[in-house]
Amino acid sequence: MAAAFFYLFSAVLIASAFAVIVARNPVHSVLFLILAFVNGAGLFLLAGAEFLAMILVVVYVGAVAVLFLFVVMMLDVDFAELRQGFSKHLPLGAGVGAVVLIELGMIAVGWQSAPNALEAAQTPIAAGVSNTAALGQVLYTKYFVFFQASALVLLTAMIGAIVLTLHHRPGVKRQKIAEQNARTRENVIEIKKVPSRAGV
Amino acid sequence: MIDGWLLNLLIIIVKSVVLTVVLLVYLAYAIYIDRKVWAAVQLRRGPNVVGPWGLLQSFADMLKFVLKEPVIPDTANKGVFLLAPFVTAMLAVAAWAVIPVNDGWAVADLNVGILYIFAISSLGVYGIIMGGWASNSKYPFLSALRSAAQMVSYEVSIGFVIITVLLCAGSLNLTEIVRAQDTQYGMLGWYWLRLLPMFVIFFISALAETNRPPFDLVEAESELVAGFMIEYSATPYMLFMLGEYVAILTMCALLTLLFFGGWLPPFHIAALDLVPGVIWFVLKVTFFFFLFAMVKAFVPRYRYDQLMRLGWKVFLPISLVMVILVAAVLQFAGSAGAN
Repeated sequence: MAAAFFYLFSAVLIASAFAVIVARNPVHSVLFLILAFVNGAGLFLLAGAEFLAMILVVVYVGAVAVLFLFVVMMLDVDFAELRQGFSKHLPLGAGVGAVVLIELGMIAVGWQSAPNALEAAQTPIAAGVSNTAALGQVLYTKYFVFFQASALVLLTAMIGAIVLTLHHRPGVKRQKIAEQNARTRENVIEIKKVPSRAGV
Repeated sequence: MIDGWLLNLLIIIVKSVVLTVVLLVYLAYAIYIDRKVWAAVQLRRGPNVVGPWGLLQSFADMLKFVLKEPVIPDTANKGVFLLAPFVTAMLAVAAWAVIPVNDGWAVADLNVGILYIFAISSLGVYGIIMGGWASNSKYPFLSALRSAAQMVSYEVSIGFVIITVLLCAGSLNLTEIVRAQDTQYGMLGWYWLRLLPMFVIFFISALAETNRPPFDLVEAESELVAGFMIEYSATPYMLFMLGEYVAILTMCALLTLLFFGGWLPPFHIAALDLVPGVIWFVLKVTFFFFLFAMVKAFVPRYRYDQLMRLGWKVFLPISLVMVILVAAVLQFAGSAGAN
């Protein structure tokens, strides 16, 4: 049964990855990309990496692809104009594509794993330890420094994004919750006795 | 060999169908409870015409939706427009595959069950975005933008709340999480008391995550007419409603499993232990659904900036600090600190 699911996930994955580049509408492209991610998660599941599968869905599908989708939806692209220079740029594009394809082929053919790579790799997870626990046990001990370093890189990127997009325009009236909560009856309400027929 | 996996497949299919049917029938009455509660709060009688005490109202509504003509706007992106409600409904029901309604009664008892639910509920936003975009109209699109921002924001705090529960239970498996709450103290040993601030944050975030009032800015009638559903009618509209309500039930079930001891009886007394676990589970889910209905009846709608402030400036820091605190207590006091 696992084989049947493997072929199902792989076929849908390849088909949707192909659809990402041929779809006319960019929003459809992103939707196909999401389908490809989900099928990739399915392949992870078949390989026994259940934690990675779920994280792939949470992070890539649930957060990253949502942002992609928004950017693409907001873009006001004229598709006719985009396709105009197709024949003119085709030779250049085909050339770059061919070079990348040949290089990838050379890597695939000439691939050799280092002599001791297999021994250095983690031995199969001990029985009774779940996938997630096994990952946590190496991530927070053996690879602790790398883990923290990558977290710092992400933190830097986050701060960078905030700094780039945060503008404090003067003159814009903002709500200050603390000030509002600090208001009391005494300093905001003034009771005036209005004499009859005289007005304030 | 082939018979073996065919049988397994058949068993899984039968389980899923039974679960879905029971879930949908329960849903019909959950909607009825919802409407009766609002009616009682507003001094009305609520649904009372179809069937005795209006008990068949939800089924009549379903029939009406199915028999109506689905209208598809001329300028809509038809494929995506029709796909959106199906995505919403399918994902909402799919989340129930891992929810254990009794000890061992789950269609799939995944090791990463809670992550699965988290992943599925983070996909829920796609139905709304797709529907809002494909309608090719201003209000649905605005609503889709709002919902995406809202759901992504509150997912963050929900994620941290889930992490604190995981730390205490020491497992990502929903069945294990419930078993970890099975102590001699009965309902006082469940996580709602030990993690009270997180329980409150999870409850409020669940309201925001499912677009329930007071956070229903996605379909704020006074601003956006009906949000992303404006252009929908008949069966597609019904699927959207179904998806929303099933998502609400999922959140109620999660509250039950994470904080209210799932199928466990409130106290280990012989009389209460005799009651089947599934009844406790349904009672607890119904209790949380009742709370959701009461919140809708009582609390006025938030403004959008207030919603964002609550999510990012209040819940996120509190839940982050709580994660660190819980982890520290568990590390230095051992699991006794959590008990």
